[in-house]
Amino acid sequence: MKLFLFIALLFVVSIGNISCEKTKEKTTASEDMKAYGSLVAELTSPPNVPKPVGNRSAKKLIIEMEILERESEIANGVTYLFWTFGGTVPGSFIRGRVGDEVEFTLKNHPNNRLPHNIDLHAVTGQGGGAEASFVAPGHQKTFSFKLLNPGLYVYHCATAPVGMHIANGMYGLILVEPKGGLPPVDKEFYIMQGDFYTKGKFGEPGEQPFDMQKAIDENPDYVLFNGKVGGLTGDNKLHAEVGETVRLFVGNGGPNLVSSFHVIGEIFDKVFVDGGTTVSENIQTTLIAAGGASVVEFKVESPSELILVDHSIFRAFNKGALGVLSVSGNKNKTVFAGEITEGVYQPEGSVIQDLDVDGKTKSTEAGVPLTKVEKMEQGKNLFNATCAACHLQDGKGIANAFPPLAKSDYLNKDVERAIHTVIYGLSGEVTVNGNIYNSIMPAQQFSDSETASILTYVYNSWGNNGTEVTAEQVKKVRNN
Amino acid sequence: MAYVAGGKFIPLYGSVDKNPIPIAPFLMDKTPVTNQEFLDFLIKYPTWQRQKVKKIFAGENYLEKWTSDTNFPKELQNSPVTQISWFAAKEYCECEGKRLPTLNEWEFAAMASQTEIDARKNEDFTREILSGYETPNTYKKEVGISKPNYWGIYDLHNMVWEWTLDFNSIMISGENRDKNNTNLFCGAGALGADDLMNYAAFMRYAFRSSIQANFSINSLGFRCALDIKEKI
Repeated sequence: MKLFLFIALLFVVSIGNISCEKTKEKTTASEDMKAYGSLVAELTSPPNVPKPVGNRSAKKLIIEMEILERESEIANGVTYLFWTFGGTVPGSFIRGRVGDEVEFTLKNHPNNRLPHNIDLHAVTGQGGGAEASFVAPGHQKTFSFKLLNPGLYVYHCATAPVGMHIANGMYGLILVEPKGGLPPVDKEFYIMQGDFYTKGKFGEPGEQPFDMQKAIDENPDYVLFNGKVGGLTGDNKLHAEVGETVRLFVGNGGPNLVSSFHVIGEIFDKVFVDGGTTVSENIQTTLIAAGGASVVEFKVESPSELILVDHSIFRAFNKGALGVLSVSGNKNKTVFAGEITEGVYQPEGSVIQDLDVDGKTKSTEAGVPLTKVEKMEQGKNLFNATCAACHLQDGKGIANAFPPLAKSDYLNKDVERAIHTVIYGLSGEVTVNGNIYNSIMPAQQFSDSETASILTYVYNSWGNNGTEVTAEQVKKVRNN
Repeated sequence: MAYVAGGKFIPLYGSVDKNPIPIAPFLMDKTPVTNQEFLDFLIKYPTWQRQKVKKIFAGENYLEKWTSDTNFPKELQNSPVTQISWFAAKEYCECEGKRLPTLNEWEFAAMASQTEIDARKNEDFTREILSGYETPNTYKKEVGISKPNYWGIYDLHNMVWEWTLDFNSIMISGENRDKNNTNLFCGAGALGADDLMNYAAFMRYAFRSSIQANFSINSLGFRCALDIKEKI
């Protein structure tokens, strides 16, 4: 009996030992991985990503990063003094692998006003390197660390006042690939969301200083991808071909907001949850914490303009958190056929449509025509409920994404074209007030008289030419 | 020089248990020392000229914008001299029979607006300082053009950082969340809408702790002070 107990005990102990050794082996592995040779890290500005590590061994990775305080556009016609890692918001993308020994030199440009530092969430050690890298203007600091855990990590400045340094754009991503690298894909992009606080309201032109009070109140004027309204639309949009697999490295610098990252018209085949190792499949929207990141992958099967948004959706349509991934290639009608037929929907007992004595449907516009004042009122309500989501309530639109209606040369030039646009939609390139827009407006489901009201409202607002549109005109365009 | 009557105040850092610190009356230069004034000094004391200065007293960027040992860009004549080390600033003041102001003296004088001795709670005042810290190239401005503060002193804000005698007497860690730095951490944690003033001060203290006495920085100048009993 004693012997049996002893053997049993021995057995338990040895099992314990095995499992213990296993975990130990796992954690010591990255620490003890040898670095062979050295390599100067390739750093890229957004939306580009450096070459994958592939099969290379762990190496000494030499990184040099310059801090620049520089003024640039936060939106067309609006400038802001950004503080940057490498001259861009977000900062340069860093890519290494587990076991790499990083020698990091942080240079603070002599023209900068302030001291800065860097806290890399990929670093195991005091402050993520913040203390070791604290550097005055016109000086540089070198420190080193080893990459132990694979994943996608945020880095940011952590100098007092931290919130302000982050709010001014001091963040970026560092990717630590596992041994052997991530599985290859066709396209990789780098996107980072951030919230910005300016003295003037969204779009107010001129030089806009940082507003500390709004930052404390967590009430941003701008929520942006890659540091600018239109940072990922128009000329800056991303491209892929049908059949390609796309991988997005998405970070959120904050300082305050959490992102509900979503791509309109796609489903994420894979999400590396929180940028870590767990892979979740078939995801519509993924939450990205402030100071967190996520890797999403999807195959693009259908040609379209995929819209990247923070699905806290007012941020997308009113504060700038909008991007476009343009997918070109052949249509696959099985995946998506587009609109096949359009018909009138008349549920039985509907009170919406009246029957005339002779049995014909009587559409609303057959009644007494609305006066201009009535049209303006109806038009305003319909516009604000539907059109303002993209063109905004003041008709100014969103630079590089949705053309302005206010003082719009495109609008004022041709009434019939405007009617056509509302009832049939519009896609492809148009030039409005000198700017090129290449996007899609869907056909709107308004009656002739509603269309007339909306357009009358638009033509009689925001400095447009005052045209009054009638239901007859709309009908004519519809019947042509 | 301007007369600062002294008094008591609680600086953001450096007071024990938030007890007010007494400041004795002192005199302070009305404006930062200009390039022209510093040139006059260099002519009298050539050992501080760019080519001749001992390297341990001045870093590589010492007077780097100057075109030669005794020439600076003409447009900067009445602008504050920058890219000078603490050693050079201290020597300048001593040769003038003065001294650098202490950190607390500087902070005391700099908390005054045009009308108040302590305007730190005044949001507009603080906001302006903060936005000044964000404005690039303010070292190119001419001294003494802006409005003087309560004590008749110009350009304490919105121009250049300034050396103080004991600039490194309060060391803030490179990151402001260090657990050993409870003072700062709690300060940061307790910030409310009323404490906007701390952000401007944070930036000054953070800047001071990032520098060393031989550093010569583009946006860092100085002015001198004098004890009242030595008043000439």
